Amino acid sequence: MILDSKSPAGPLAEKWTKHKFTSKLVNPANKRKYEVIVVGTGLAGASAAASLAELGYNVKAFCFQDSPRRAHSIAAQGGINAAKNYQNDGDSVFRLFYDTIKGGDYRARESNVYRLAEVSVNIIDQCVAQGVPFAREYGGLLANRSFGGAQVSRTFYARGQTGQQLLLGAYSALSRQVANGKVKLYPRTEMMDLVTIDGEARGIVTRNLITGAIETHAAHAVLLCTGGYGNVFFLSTNAMGSNVTAAWRAHKKGAYFANPCYTQIHPTCIPVSGDHQSKLTLMSESLRNDGRVWVPKTVEMAEKLRKGQIKPADIKEEDRDYYLERKYPSFGNLVPRDVASRNAKYVCDEGRGVNETGEAVFLDFRDAINRDSEDAIRARYGNLFDMYQQITGENPYKTPMMIYPAVHYTMGGLWVDYNLMTTVPGLYALGEANFSDHGANRLGASALMQGLADGYFVIPYTLGDYLAQNLATKVDTNHPEFTKAADEVKAKIKKLLSINGTKTVDHFHKRLGKIMWNECGMARTAEGLKKAKAEIKALRAEFWKDVKVLGENEELNQSLEKAHRVADFLELGELMVDDALNRNESCGGHFREEYQTPEGEALRDDENYAYAAAWKYMGDEQEEELNKEPLVFENVKLTQRSYK
Amino acid sequence: MKLTLKVWRQKNASDNGSFVTYPLDGISKDMSFLEMLDVLNEELSEKGEDPVHFDHDCREGICGMCSLYINGKPHGPQQTTTCQLHMRSFSDGETITIEPWRAKAFPVVKDLVVDRASFDRIIQAGGYVSVNTGGVPDANEIPIPKVIADEAFDAATCIGCGACVAACKNASAMLFTSAKISQLAMLPQGQVERKNRAEKMIAQMDAEGFGACTNTGACAAECPKGISLTNIARMNREYFSAVLSSDNV
Repeated sequence: MILDSKSPAGPLAEKWTKHKFTSKLVNPANKRKYEVIVVGTGLAGASAAASLAELGYNVKAFCFQDSPRRAHSIAAQGGINAAKNYQNDGDSVFRLFYDTIKGGDYRARESNVYRLAEVSVNIIDQCVAQGVPFAREYGGLLANRSFGGAQVSRTFYARGQTGQQLLLGAYSALSRQVANGKVKLYPRTEMMDLVTIDGEARGIVTRNLITGAIETHAAHAVLLCTGGYGNVFFLSTNAMGSNVTAAWRAHKKGAYFANPCYTQIHPTCIPVSGDHQSKLTLMSESLRNDGRVWVPKTVEMAEKLRKGQIKPADIKEEDRDYYLERKYPSFGNLVPRDVASRNAKYVCDEGRGVNETGEAVFLDFRDAINRDSEDAIRARYGNLFDMYQQITGENPYKTPMMIYPAVHYTMGGLWVDYNLMTTVPGLYALGEANFSDHGANRLGASALMQGLADGYFVIPYTLGDYLAQNLATKVDTNHPEFTKAADEVKAKIKKLLSINGTKTVDHFHKRLGKIMWNECGMARTAEGLKKAKAEIKALRAEFWKDVKVLGENEELNQSLEKAHRVADFLELGELMVDDALNRNESCGGHFREEYQTPEGEALRDDENYAYAAAWKYMGDEQEEELNKEPLVFENVKLTQRSYK
Repeated sequence: MKLTLKVWRQKNASDNGSFVTYPLDGISKDMSFLEMLDVLNEELSEKGEDPVHFDHDCREGICGMCSLYINGKPHGPQQTTTCQLHMRSFSDGETITIEPWRAKAFPVVKDLVVDRASFDRIIQAGGYVSVNTGGVPDANEIPIPKVIADEAFDAATCIGCGACVAACKNASAMLFTSAKISQLAMLPQGQVERKNRAEKMIAQMDAEGFGACTNTGACAAECPKGISLTNIARMNREYFSAVLSSDNV
């Protein structure tokens, strides 16, 4: 099937304005007759829930954490892009649009990306009005920094904790609506299934994580703002609880899943230290503004470093290979994430890695400290340096940081049209949970932008258009579909608890993670992917025979929570592999070794693969069906991405 | 490393709870404290015993979900969150006592997990600027002196973990509440609702059953984010000037 993006016709710059005008409105008195469910309270969820409640809709907001303020958006460090052009350095809405399309390796939808760039300016205004304390210059105006993949300074930031400040802003707006009685909060509540009636989303089934109670909630529309699926790799920079369950179960109820193989491997993370590792920690990409990435020129010298025979400071300037500056003179250390990650892998594969495991490169602040002073660097990145020291026990002001790429973000997600509606009418996906804006690679400081754009400025318009046509729809949990869905959830829980096998949930999760990282990570091959597919299938079968889930349903049961999530990852993993196998090209975060330029850069095949791959669930253990949304580029010329 | 763990086990809110001792071997000094507990839980699970429940999520020291009262200190011996605490802070053979936060306003849910919804309700009482989405002025319309913006930022970095309450002998939530009141009192955007906010948030804080402040400073000393005691002084000033000229009579 060819999917219709429902992008409005007309010139790019007028699409959104025109669309807002032609969308149907719900009059203020009628808004209070609608129920809306928002799952997830990160930037997308909290901003959507707050904005919709302000408009007058009745909102129920769900999160699995103990408070909406804990959502993983909070961990975003570097900043948020906006085409304000406050720096007078040549930025514009079109340039932000262009950078994002190019950064995404021409695999995103033009109309969505342009709208994102357009509303980016409103986001900053909104956050400042909420009291978000962005960094400022001495004159009292907002400060900006530059970020990977861009040649202008358009990133707004709050030291190294921008995500925290933006999320607390959205959380405060949400809290205000809770106090107003327009939002009802359901913390420690996990969505277990989507309920559809006559093909339309009409509610959800949830599990109360404290009591185990399976409950149903009805609504006129359901918004999934549940983040990405990076934890399929077990080790990632995601929070421990981040999971795909809500999106995956919606997928099994009819929502197509798009481009699952597009995963972002972030170049600047703290390297793995041992088998006990439970998660990886990101060091903001903004560090690449001042830090210089290097490894020794020779394998011999790297070996001495690894054995501790020499220290980084012992290596003379002429023996250092600042490989990003050497290969990409115009972008240098600020090349996009996929390029930086892949090059780190290359130098480590050559044997020039610098830590004990051989999987690390240096990020060195020596020159920046000499140029600007240690205090200046502390003011910019103090909390990041502290965090690094806390985790590694080393002082990065004195010795270079060691970094290595790690799974960080997933560009794929539920397929949505221009209105952010999935293929299930009434079901929407916002933020990282959808696939729409970043193509095959996301630029730094664009995730916060997209989450808030979707929640504050897109969904309040597009949701009304759908709801206006559904005023007569009655929503009620007494409908048999709710009972049926709840019974299915109960049966699944019963099954998980009754297997009583020999291996823990984490055991399976770690094994899945290893398969995914080795075969569907930074570099992929057809052969490896085929092998991975067979291994995942076998692992999934083993899971359902031999997993050990302790305790009972009617209590706080963290192994049961994890079991559900890992069961879904075991299905998603296979789809990611299918998608990676289908895409016989390299683009952005998807790098197939068979398809590269002589210089080792990603080689796209625009003729055959300029489409979004949207997969339809066909039933348990069935191959999924591929549907395509052709990507049409009317405003940019597709070129080989060059950051040289 | 070889350790002896004394862990608080409590089946649910109505259970009395007690300490259970677990010996643990093969711990690396590079593990985080929570990874050490992961090891314990894998061992317990393999033996068919219920794993120790504790709250955690980002494991980067920013979400505020992890807690734990370790050897008599919230988040343990270092001034950081438990997820950022590493086993190199302990010595081989040590006995480590692990308890949940203890406060009337933070009832225990299970084992080391407590309910901190009272913090959410304090924010709901007024920890925001009442602006709707859209229709706000340009972000650079109101310049804010850098020193003020920086000070507001410092207050705004509170992660809402509750260590301040756990550290306080009175289980007072003054540091948490004052951080939000300070942030918004310093910024021009927070001026309109300044008085009302201080009155309402403090009333909610009292209604939740948090104790009074006796200025011992334990909260700031244990705060993993270094939220300053100055915020409490500022909140007191905000509160007194608000009640003296209150609009809520």
